[in-house]
Amino acid sequence: MKRALPLVGLHVLVALPWLPLGPARLYILHVVILILIWSVVGTAWSLMGRFGLVSLGHGAFLGVGAYTTVLLWNFWGVPPWIGTPLAVAAACFLALVLGYPCFRFRVVGHYFALVTLALGEVIRLLIIAERDWTGGSLGVTLKDAGAGAVNLVALQFADRRVFYFIALGVWLAGLLVWRWVDRSMTRSALEAIGEDETAAASVGIPVTRFKLKITLLSATLTAVGGVLYGQYVTYLDPGTLAGIGVSLRIVFAVVLGGMYTLLGPTVGTALTIALAEYLRVAFGVRFLGMAETIYGLALILIIIFLPAGLYGGLRELWRARPRPLAAATPPVRPA
Amino acid sequence: MDAVLIAEAAVNGILLGGVLALLALGLNLIFGVVDIVWIAYVDLVMVGMYAVYWLVTAYGWPLPLAAVAAVALVAVLGLLVHLLIISPILASPPVNQLLATGGLLFFLQAFATFLWTTDHRSLRLALPVVEVFGMYLSFARLLAFTFAILGMLGLYFFLTRTYIGTAIRAVSQDREAIALMGADMRRVYLVTSAIGGGMAGLAGVLLIIQYSVHPHFGATFGPITFIIVVMGGLGNMFGAVVASLVMSEVISIGGILASTEMAYVVAFVIFIVSIFVRPEGILGRRE
Repeated sequence: MKRALPLVGLHVLVALPWLPLGPARLYILHVVILILIWSVVGTAWSLMGRFGLVSLGHGAFLGVGAYTTVLLWNFWGVPPWIGTPLAVAAACFLALVLGYPCFRFRVVGHYFALVTLALGEVIRLLIIAERDWTGGSLGVTLKDAGAGAVNLVALQFADRRVFYFIALGVWLAGLLVWRWVDRSMTRSALEAIGEDETAAASVGIPVTRFKLKITLLSATLTAVGGVLYGQYVTYLDPGTLAGIGVSLRIVFAVVLGGMYTLLGPTVGTALTIALAEYLRVAFGVRFLGMAETIYGLALILIIIFLPAGLYGGLRELWRARPRPLAAATPPVRPA
Repeated sequence: MDAVLIAEAAVNGILLGGVLALLALGLNLIFGVVDIVWIAYVDLVMVGMYAVYWLVTAYGWPLPLAAVAAVALVAVLGLLVHLLIISPILASPPVNQLLATGGLLFFLQAFATFLWTTDHRSLRLALPVVEVFGMYLSFARLLAFTFAILGMLGLYFFLTRTYIGTAIRAVSQDREAIALMGADMRRVYLVTSAIGGGMAGLAGVLLIIQYSVHPHFGATFGPITFIIVVMGGLGNMFGAVVASLVMSEVISIGGILASTEMAYVVAFVIFIVSIFVRPEGILGRRE
């Protein structure tokens, strides 16, 4: 029974492109692909976030991933098959250059968040400054490979379904990585470090090494998400891919879904993207800014009233439900 | 490159540094006392700028009066931010606190877009340009610098000469101890938030006389303000001023030597390195 649910879910996901979803079929598929791509990024973030490494600079890894492959293809015709490893290498290099001194010098908490925020800004500003290459704030479009509907070398497909399966595959791989970390010694070590770094170090846990390991893993997965985004959306701009805005959005989705469960980041991402898309469609171009206004309000309200995220909040409600015998005792509230 | 041009950029850097220092002190106060990073702090500045702009252009208020009203408005806003958003999440994990003020950032930027579109709006004041030793300095900037200094002095005297100011400094030094001493933490937090808001309002007034305002104004000055606060060292007012001047010089001189973006990149890299070398701030004392 416990195994049956994921299996059924997986079958539904595989069959999704052929389900009779009505005239909006292509649009729904598009939204689901976006959800899968951003879920990869959210899952990547939660790898670090759950151990107290709150990064506000994941936009940097995302931007590096997306821009590296797209620019390599646009300028030198390097296919994403080679571009992706290079993009991942670039993101890892960045993570290493920032992460090593951070962990070595014990930059934690607010300070870690602000250092990563600065990193995100650096990447965003570099993208804008190098406008001859990157198109600056106007963005850059992935060059069309031409040559038929399915181009395996350039990983460009006219048929959305192909992308759907690629995104699905990467998402599943991301979940496997998450689960692997969840069941490894790394998790225990990082949880100990998150609780008390000095105590962890005193029992012989190599603090810097474990933190670096998880950061590199997270950066890799985020960069892959960026590559996917670039190949699928085919248009990149620094505002959507780097900087504070996108980093906050990633964190929000993860916290909403809950970062301590396998599917938490995915659920959170699905909800935030569904909300954003709904607001976008509902308001269209009539009330510019209204959709984002409601998004911001929703964010504040959710954080205040559901601090444990949606999943955690629901679980608490479930636990707090009146039980037959204990129902009469009123809960003790601290003043 | 012309030496006079560089000198002009250096002086402009000092003038910008004054306003940045004002912002940094306001944020430093909140960060140091309430221990929460208001990611949306500079977006409150944007609200102050719009307040002055509309009071002057649409309602024909004289600038000084509009300035006072804007400072008061943003101070009240600071109070409301604490009451409505911060106080319910004081005990939440830091990620949640970041996200709540992050939500405020989205809200303020988007609501400003909704109300006033993304147009860049400027007061178009006809203030003279002063020539000193062949450098051309804008009078608006000199004025802004002067008022920034006055604002900082005001904060200094408030914090050192009044009872509640002393309580605020005590909280930023040792939260638990001062709570045990029977200080009214809620009142300290509220006053701090209002003063932080008021300083954001004052900075808004000083910025609207030199720059045009748009809904994403906070995105230009926000990140640099955070890093100045951290670089200067928490609770260290003098450090915040020094860090502001260093950063504004980097931005100002870097801006004419390379480009504004590259200048900011250099500023952020300096910050990252400085955190590794001196995590307690450039002038902080090691504990």
